[in-house]
This record gives sequence, C-alpha cells and structure tokens, in this order.
Amino acid sequence: MDATRVMDWEKVGGGVRRKRIISRLTFTIPSAVLFILVVTAIFAPLLAPYPPDQIALLDRLMPPAFVEGGSTAHLLGTDLIGRDILSRVIYGARISLSVSLLVILITASIGTGLGIISGYLGGRTDAFLMRVTDISLAFPAILIALLFAAILGPSYWTVVLAISLLGWAPYARLIRGEALRLREADFVAQARIIGTSPGRIMVRHIFPNIMNPLIIMATLSVGFVILTEAALSYLGAGIPPPTASWGNMVSDGRNLIDTAWWISLFPGIAIGLVVLSGNFLGDWLRDKMDPRLRQI
Amino acid sequence: MEDVLLEGRDLKKYYPVTKGLLQRTVGWVRAVDGVSFKVERGKTLGLVGESGAGKTTTAKAILLLERLTSGNILFEGKDLYQFSQSQLKTEYRPRVQSVQQNPWSSMNPRMRVRDIVAEPLVVNTKQSKKQNQSRVLELLEQVGLNSGHAELYPHEFSGGQRQRIAVARALALNPSLVVLDEPVSALDVSIRAQIMNLLKDLQEQYNLSYLVIAHNLATVRYMSYNVAIMYLGQIVEYGEAEELFKRPLHPYTRALMSASLLTLPEDDGQGTEQIILSGEMPSPLNPPSGCRFHTRCTEAAPKCSQEVPPLRNVGGGHEVACLRV
Repeated sequence: MDATRVMDWEKVGGGVRRKRIISRLTFTIPSAVLFILVVTAIFAPLLAPYPPDQIALLDRLMPPAFVEGGSTAHLLGTDLIGRDILSRVIYGARISLSVSLLVILITASIGTGLGIISGYLGGRTDAFLMRVTDISLAFPAILIALLFAAILGPSYWTVVLAISLLGWAPYARLIRGEALRLREADFVAQARIIGTSPGRIMVRHIFPNIMNPLIIMATLSVGFVILTEAALSYLGAGIPPPTASWGNMVSDGRNLIDTAWWISLFPGIAIGLVVLSGNFLGDWLRDKMDPRLRQI
Repeated sequence: MEDVLLEGRDLKKYYPVTKGLLQRTVGWVRAVDGVSFKVERGKTLGLVGESGAGKTTTAKAILLLERLTSGNILFEGKDLYQFSQSQLKTEYRPRVQSVQQNPWSSMNPRMRVRDIVAEPLVVNTKQSKKQNQSRVLELLEQVGLNSGHAELYPHEFSGGQRQRIAVARALALNPSLVVLDEPVSALDVSIRAQIMNLLKDLQEQYNLSYLVIAHNLATVRYMSYNVAIMYLGQIVEYGEAEELFKRPLHPYTRALMSASLLTLPEDDGQGTEQIILSGEMPSPLNPPSGCRFHTRCTEAAPKCSQEVPPLRNVGGGHEVACLRV
C-alpha cells in the first residue's frame, strides 16, 4: 500500500519535471534558432562566403557539398546561374526577417489602435470599425496583395504594404474583444470617477493590459508573414530579383525541383525554422500568460 | 440647521428591456424608483438593502457613471444636470470620489502604487511631478502605509492594504464627498475594523461626507450618522442611525435586523424575535402593486396590496413607508 503510494508520487513528480523540461525546451530552442537567424542576418556580409548575386556560370547547378558531385567551395550548392545558395540564404534572412518585423509592427499598431478605440468607445464607432474589419477579413489577402503589387510594381516596400493592407484586421478583432472586457473593469470605472479622459484611459489603462494577447498574436504571425511573402514571391509579385529573399529563392527553384532540389530546399528549411520557432514561442508565451490573463 | 452637501430628489433609473429584431421596448426594469436622500456635510449616510435594491445604481448615478431617467441631484444646492461639461469636470468630479468594493479589481495591475495614487492629481491638476510625488507620500502615510510601498505593484499587497491605497487615491484631490461602495465587505473580518476606523478618522480630520453602501448592518451602524433602508428601488425607512437601530419600524428593517445577529448588550430584549422572510425579492421588472414589500411581509394587511405607502415622518426625522405603522 505504502510502496505503491510512493511509486505514484514518484510518477507524479517525474511527470511534473518532464513537463517543466519540455516547457523550458519550447522556449530555449525556438528562441535560440531565432536569435541565430537574426545574428546571421545582421552580420551577413561577414558570414556569407560569396556576394549573394555573384554569378559564376562555370559553377552553375552545383549540388551541395554532402552530395556526390558537390564541392566544399559551395556548401549548399549553386543555382541556375551559379550563385552560392548558402550566401543567398544568409542574405535572404535580412529581407525575410525585416519584412516580417516591419509588417508585424505596422499591422499590430493599426490593429491595436483600432481595436482599443472600437472596444472602448463602442456604439457607432465600434459598429463602423468592425464592419471595416469584417470586410478586410473577408477578402482573400493574397489576392489583394497581388493586385496591390501589380499596381505599384514589385519592390520591398510594396511587399510590406501589400501584406500590411489586410493584416491588421485579426489584431483589431482580438484587441477589441479585450478592450470590451476591460471597459467594464472596476479600475476603468475608477479612472472615469477620477475624471480621466477617454484618450488617457485607452492609453494608460487599457493598452498596458492587452499586452499579453498582443505579444502572443505578434509572435504567432511571424510565420504567416514569411509565408505570405514567400507566396507573393512565388507568384512573381514579391521581392524583385536579383535581391535574395527566401520566398523568391523557393520560387526560382520550382522548375528544377526534380533535378536541382537544393535551390528550393534550403530557403524552404529556413522558412520552416522561423515559422515553427515563432509558433512554439507564441504557444509558450500563451501558456505562460494564461493564469495572469485570468487574474485580471 | 442641517448643512446639506448632496441631495437626491426623486431619483429614478429605469433600464429598458428590449425584445425582437427591432429592439422594441417591452418593459422597464425599475432599478431605482423615486429615491430621495440628503448627505450632510461631514456626516455619513448609509444605504442598506439586499442585492438588487438599487443601492449601487444610486451610487453610480452620483458618480456620473449612469445617467438617471429622471430626478435631480443637487450638489451644494446646485442641480448637477444644469452643470456644463467643463463645470462637471472642474467643480464636481474632483470633489466626489469613491472607494470601490473589490480592492483586487479596482486598481490597474500594470501601474505602480505611486502612479495609482498620483493619477487623480495628474489628471486634474497642473502640479509638477515633484509636487505630486510628495503629495502621494503624504497620502500613503495618512492611510498607514509608507514610502517604500510606493514603488510596488498592487498585486504585492493584501486586501486591507489595497483598500488603504484605494482610500489614499480617493483623498488625493481633497474631495468633499466619498462614495464608499461596500468598502469593507471584501475584507477579512479582522481587517474591517481597521479600515472603518481609518475612514472615520479621516472623516473627522477633513470634514468629509460619506455615502456608505452596504448590506452589512454592523458596518452601517458603526459608520453612519443617517441610514436609509432600501427595498426594490425605494427607501422604506430613513432616520438617524441610533434611532433607527433602536426603534426599527418597518417590517423589512426589523427582518433585516433579526437576520443579521446585530444584537448588542444594550439592545436587550430586541432581536430575540426571529423574522424569517420567505421567497426572494420580486423582479423590479414587474414590482408588486401597493406596498412593494407586501408579498413577503409578515404583517401584510389587505390594503397593503392596493395602497402605496408614502414615506412619512414619525417624529425626530425618522421616516417610514408602511401603512401599518
């Protein structure tokens, strides 16, 4: 009797410990991956073995070093016109990561602003802003982005604007819900009793208290932005050549996928890593913040 | 001569009940239905009643969180609804502050105590940061906290300490009236007396008026000068606390008292009679005819369901709304 109880306790203790280790790993691994990628992007000129758009026609379509016929001169092989894949993946990180960062900053700011205004003021303002949000959510984002890119012509800023154009809507919805909940909070009523203006209430009392869901939403959308950029590039409306982005690299390799698979694979792996890391970090944050969310 | 700071005259707050696609109004919830009262300068009025009696709605109207359906609130003899927006902001808001029931939700969890207590000053005055800070420390000291507490966040305090912070915040602007909505009901019994004594001391020191809302009779008796007993949106009995507690006239007041184990040694002979009310408070959507209490009253007579009893003076400022008294 007693022995089994001890064993049970050990089991329980082990389960808790295992859970804690897993929880720690879901934080350390993705943040390490993202950290390394960001450092790589920043120090790209020092790390890349070749300039990203240096053409070497003699070395074209060289397979990666670990495959037969590959050479250590080009660790990850070369593309159709002999550009070094490793260098292009490293430089591509600059574009892909900075695009996501910019898009997230823009969409999160617009979405948060509109969401707080909508949720706190309510009434007609809310009805109007939420219909606009619904319309934005109803449009197929990629189509609008394509249209936008077609009008302005493909460029770095077109990509950023095209993805931001509709990307704010999910933020607005989420934040509005939070603001709606906080509007009824006692401390907001107290702020009104004190005489705080609606603007100050929104900035000082509502905004700091929606930080948790906002951070989680932002981390989760890293993947979405990189994938949208890749899709746009794949469709030819993304970052224009010769600049390397992970998206347009995958797109470049699509015709040669059965012979020169390495052209698409390595940028694809990079995209996958960032998306996964973003999602894991977001999940981790959500789990961490949950009890505090309920506490408020 | 009584010095009235705030007076409510025939306050009514009806909430519409809507139905269907077109939001047709099919009825009204009469949360507050013809309530009049006076808060004297430097004194305390206690509002007592069950949940749903309209106490909190009355308080919200005074704090301008709800707009009344009809009735007037007079502040120092001037009608609030005649005030312009800017007059409200400069002449009324800063002078009427409140302490809420739940000290865990009445403070922004992301702000430091220093900023929570300074917020009324930042919003309403043009003082420098330094002046605000010294005022904050002065306030914290007055409510029994110290300067070390200023840097902490609300979740680092106990309920009693948080309620002290709430009191400090309410006093920041030197208000004339503080609305205390169940100020101690969320606290441990052992802490209640501390907070009540603090409030009484501050009242004496600054000549504050309080409007105390509570369902706990002991709290009200200890804090109040005048007491109003509310039932279903109306005041059924009104008078000076000592008089009212010694000689409760309305059957509802007597039932409340017998239910609350209030008996003090000097109340000998009272409270022995147990009155147990049956049923729940009727819906304010469809209040009973005549006296609103007749459905649960142990002494109801046939006329009680037909005649509406007026609130009438039975001597010494003691008012009661009952046909049988």
